[in-house]
Amino acid sequence: MRAISPIKDELMTFTEEPNAIPAVEMRDITLRFPGVLANDHVNFTLYPGEIHALLGENGAGKSTLMNVLTGLYKPQSGEIRIHGKKVSFNSPRDAIANGIGMVHQHFMLVENQTVTENILIGLDTPHFALNLKKFDHEISDLADQFGIHIDPTAKIWQLSVGEQQRVEILKILYRGANILIMDEPTAVLAPQEADELIETLKGMAAQGKSIAFISHKLNEVKQVADKLTVLRRGRVTAERMDLENFTRESLASLMVGREVIFNLQKCEQTAGREVLRLEDVSAVNNKNLPALRNVDLALHEGEILGIAGVAGNGQSELVEVITGLRECTGNVWLEGKNIANKPPAFSISHGLAHIPEDRIGVGSAPNLSLTSNIIMKRYDQKPVSQKWQLDYVAADSLADGLKTEYDIQAPNVQTQARKLSGGNLQKLILARELSSAPRLVVAMQPTRGLDVGAIESVQQLLLNQRAQGCAILLVSEDLDELLSLSDRIAVMYEGHVVGTICSGDFDINQIGLMMTGTIPQDLKSPSSVEDSSGSNENSSISAPSSRFDEVLDHVKSFEESSSPSEEADQSVTPPEEPSEEDLPPSEILPEEDPELNLSEKERVLRKVLGEKYQQGDVE
Amino acid sequence: MKIPYPVFLKRSQDAPKWMPFVTSVGAVLLAFIISGIVLAATGANPLKVYSYFFKASFGSWGAFSDVIVKATPLLLIGLGCSLAFKMRLWNIGAEGQFFVGAFLASAVVMVPLVNLETTPRWAIVSLMALLGMIGGSLYGFIPGFLKAKLNINEVIITLMLNYIAVLWNNYWIFGKWSEAGFQMTKTFPHSAWLPRLADYAKEIPAFSGMTAHAGILFGLIAAVIVYLIIYRSKWGYKITLIGDNPKAARYAGINIAANTILIFMVSGALAGLAGMTEVSGVVHRLQERISTSYGFSGVIVAWLAKLNPFAVILVSILFGALLVASREIQPSGISFLIQGITLFLIISSDVLLKYEIKWVRPAQETAQ
Repeated sequence: MRAISPIKDELMTFTEEPNAIPAVEMRDITLRFPGVLANDHVNFTLYPGEIHALLGENGAGKSTLMNVLTGLYKPQSGEIRIHGKKVSFNSPRDAIANGIGMVHQHFMLVENQTVTENILIGLDTPHFALNLKKFDHEISDLADQFGIHIDPTAKIWQLSVGEQQRVEILKILYRGANILIMDEPTAVLAPQEADELIETLKGMAAQGKSIAFISHKLNEVKQVADKLTVLRRGRVTAERMDLENFTRESLASLMVGREVIFNLQKCEQTAGREVLRLEDVSAVNNKNLPALRNVDLALHEGEILGIAGVAGNGQSELVEVITGLRECTGNVWLEGKNIANKPPAFSISHGLAHIPEDRIGVGSAPNLSLTSNIIMKRYDQKPVSQKWQLDYVAADSLADGLKTEYDIQAPNVQTQARKLSGGNLQKLILARELSSAPRLVVAMQPTRGLDVGAIESVQQLLLNQRAQGCAILLVSEDLDELLSLSDRIAVMYEGHVVGTICSGDFDINQIGLMMTGTIPQDLKSPSSVEDSSGSNENSSISAPSSRFDEVLDHVKSFEESSSPSEEADQSVTPPEEPSEEDLPPSEILPEEDPELNLSEKERVLRKVLGEKYQQGDVE
Repeated sequence: MKIPYPVFLKRSQDAPKWMPFVTSVGAVLLAFIISGIVLAATGANPLKVYSYFFKASFGSWGAFSDVIVKATPLLLIGLGCSLAFKMRLWNIGAEGQFFVGAFLASAVVMVPLVNLETTPRWAIVSLMALLGMIGGSLYGFIPGFLKAKLNINEVIITLMLNYIAVLWNNYWIFGKWSEAGFQMTKTFPHSAWLPRLADYAKEIPAFSGMTAHAGILFGLIAAVIVYLIIYRSKWGYKITLIGDNPKAARYAGINIAANTILIFMVSGALAGLAGMTEVSGVVHRLQERISTSYGFSGVIVAWLAKLNPFAVILVSILFGALLVASREIQPSGISFLIQGITLFLIISSDVLLKYEIKWVRPAQETAQ
C-alpha cells in the first residue's frame, strides 16, 4: 500500500482535495491511563502535503495521541488508517515500517559521532564494513532535497541545537518517513532557528510529506500550520479547522477552556532606589571566549528590567555573573555590597532570588521531595534549622503552606519533584524563590515551555513582586513577555548592552534591530548608543526618554545618505548576522509605501524576532 | 523474525517502598542459588555446604563472636562508603584508608608516642583510635582534594592509592618496624589492645575464648551517628542534595568542593578506624595481611544495604558470617564467589527499581 504515498510532482494539490486519501486517519481513539482519560474519542486526520498543528496545554493528550500513532501506546478503542489502510501497531518499529517518524523534544544523538554515523545508527545496512564517504553523499543529497543545511561529517557536539534537530529530522527522513511528527520542535530553539525550521517544514510539506506539529504556542501555530486540531483534557475542541478563522484569543480559549487575559494587571509605579548595579562587567563563557563585554546596568526597586537578545549573546553569562555562578571582572553591587566573584551563598543571603533557565537541571533536585526542594535555600534558617539538625516537620509544614499558596498541583509534599509537570515545577521554584522576600529576582526564561495558564500565573507572580518593591531582572527570548512586563528593556548583542529603552518607547521593530547589533556599529552617535546605567541612573520609569527618536533620526539620515537602494543596504547589518541579506531598510523608512513593504518587512521581522512577531506590531 | 511478546522497559515513576528491600534480599538468595549450582557442578551437595556454612558461623556463641570480629571492619567501612555514595562520590579507596589508619594507630606503639608502661590503657587505645581516624581521613583528603579542585576521577585515584598504602605499610613492616626480619611488627603490649570479651572470662565464664572486641561498639555508635547525619542533620540534607543534583546544590549556595573533601575525609576516617580495630583488637601487631579485602567488601556491603546505616549492620554481619564460614570449607574462595555474585546481582537489580518491565499487550497501558 506504500504505492499510494504521494510522489513529488503531485505536490500541494493534495491539500484541499476532498477526494484524496488521508495519510493518517485516526478515528475515535480512546486511551485510558489509570485515573486519567488521556484521549477520549479523538479524531485526527492528516493529508499528504499538509502541516497540521495539534494544539493544547501540557497534559491535554497531544503527545499521547502521537505516541499512539508511533506505536508506543495501543489505544483501547478506535482505529488508525495509514494511506487508507487499516493498521495496528505493536511497536514503534511497525510505525516506522509504515513511514511514520517522530522528532522528539529531547534529541537522541551520540555526541562524539558524526551526523552520518548518527543517522545510520540502528539500521541494518551497512552490514559490516562502513563506507562513510558514500553515506555522507547520500545524506547530503537527502538534505539538499529538503533544503536542510548540514555538514554530514560534523560531529554532533559541534552543532547548535537547531542543527542537531535537523539531524533528527534527517534521521527519520532517511528511514523513509513520509509522515513526520514534530513534538514541540521550537521549544528548544532560538527564534531564528525556529524560523529556519518552519521554512524547512514548509518545504517538506510542499514535497508531499505530511507533518503533524505539536505545539502549545499560539503564534507559532498561526505561522506554520495549514490545519488545526485543538485538544483539551483529552478531547478534541476543534477538529481540522482552517487557521484564518481564529484569533490568538479564540485559540487560547479553545485550549484552556476560558478566556485568557493577555493583558496582565500591571500597576503604574515609579522606581525606587537602586538595588543592583553592574559596572564594567566582563566575563568569558564555557569555551573561554568573551561572553560579556564591559556591561553596565542599573536596576531599581519596583522595576522590571527586561533583557532582550537572540539566544547566546551573553544573557546566560550575565545571569550567572549576578548570581555568583560565574567569575567576572568589574563590580556587581547588590544593595551596596559587591557580590562579584562571591559564592552564591553570599548573594542569596543578601536577598537575591534566582529563577534559573534550566528548571530540572539547575532549579530542582528531581529525585528529592517537594519539601527538600522548597527548603533548598533556607535549610539553614529557623524554623527549619534547629542547631545541627534539620526539622523535617517544620520543613514539611512550610512546604505545605507554600504548596497551597502557590497552587502547586501534587499529591503531597513528599512527592518527588520530577513527578511535577513543567508548570508546577516552575511554581515550586517560584514559591521557593519569591517566598523569601527577595530584594532582587533574577528570572531567566521563566515561562519557556509552559502552557498558557501557567504562563499567566508566573507572569502575575513576577508583577506582584514588582508591586512589593522588588527589583526584577527578566531575561527572556519571548519579546511579547518582555514588552508586557518590563519597565525598561536592555538589548544585548555579542555580550554588549546595545542600549536600553524605557517602557513608553517600546517599539518591537527597534528592539529587533538592536538585537542584530545594527545601531551601535553603524551609527557613530555616542549619545544614542550610550549604555544603561550612566544615563539611566536617575531616570524613573515614568520619565520618557527621547533617545529613541534620536536613534530613529540617525538611522534615517544614515540610510538616506549612504544607501538609496535596498540592495546597498545589506551592509547595514553586521556580517555575523546570518540573516544579513534579508535585512532591508524598510522598517525605518516610514515614507515608503507600507503596503509595498509589508511582506518584506514581515519576513525580516520574523527572521529577527521569530515567532514573537505579529502583524499587529508593525506600526 | 518476530518476537511473540515484545518486552520493553518503562521508566517507573513509583517504585514501591518495599522494592529496595526485596531486591536486596532477592539478590542474596539468588547469589546463594547460583553458587549452589556451581557447587553442585563441582560435585558437592550445596544444601550440605550451606548448612555447614550456617553452623560454622551461627552454630555457637563462639562462632558468632568470630562473625562479629569479621563484621566489625566491614561495618565501619560500609558506613563510610554509604556516606560517600550518598553524595555520589565513589570512594573505592577504603582499603588504602584502612591500611593508613592501621599504620598510624600502630605508630602509637611502635614509635612509641606515649609511655606504654605508665599511660592507662583507655588513653592509649583512644589515642590509637584517634590516630587511625586521622590517618584514614588524611588519606581520604588526597582524592577529595583532587576531585574538588581539579575534578579528577575519584575512582581511579582511590583505586591507585590503595596500592600505595599497602606498599607504604610493607616498607615499615619489612624494614624499620620489622620483628627479627619477619614481615610484621612485634606484638603490641596489652595496654594497646582493644578490650575483648575473653578479657572478662573471669567474671563471666561464658565469654572465655571469645575474640569479639570493643571495635564493634565503635561500629554501632558510628552507625547511629551516620544515621543521624544522613537523615536528621542539615549536613545530611546538603549531602543528599549534592548527590541528587550538584548543579542545584551549587545554585542553592552549597559549597560543593568543601563538602567533597569533607565527605572523603569522614569516609576515610571510618575506614581508618576499621584499620585501627584490626591491629588493636584482632592481630595486635601491624602485618602484611591485616585485611581480607575488607575495603572492597565494604563497597558491596554499602550497596546491598542501599546506603541505609542500620541495614549496613545486618549486611556486614551476613558478610562476616561468609568470611568465617569460608575457613571451614574448601575451596575457601566460595564465600568470595557468593560476595561477587551478590554485588553483580544487586547492581543489576537497580533496573527493577528504575524501570517496570512490560510486555506489549493490548489494553494494558500504564501512565508514563
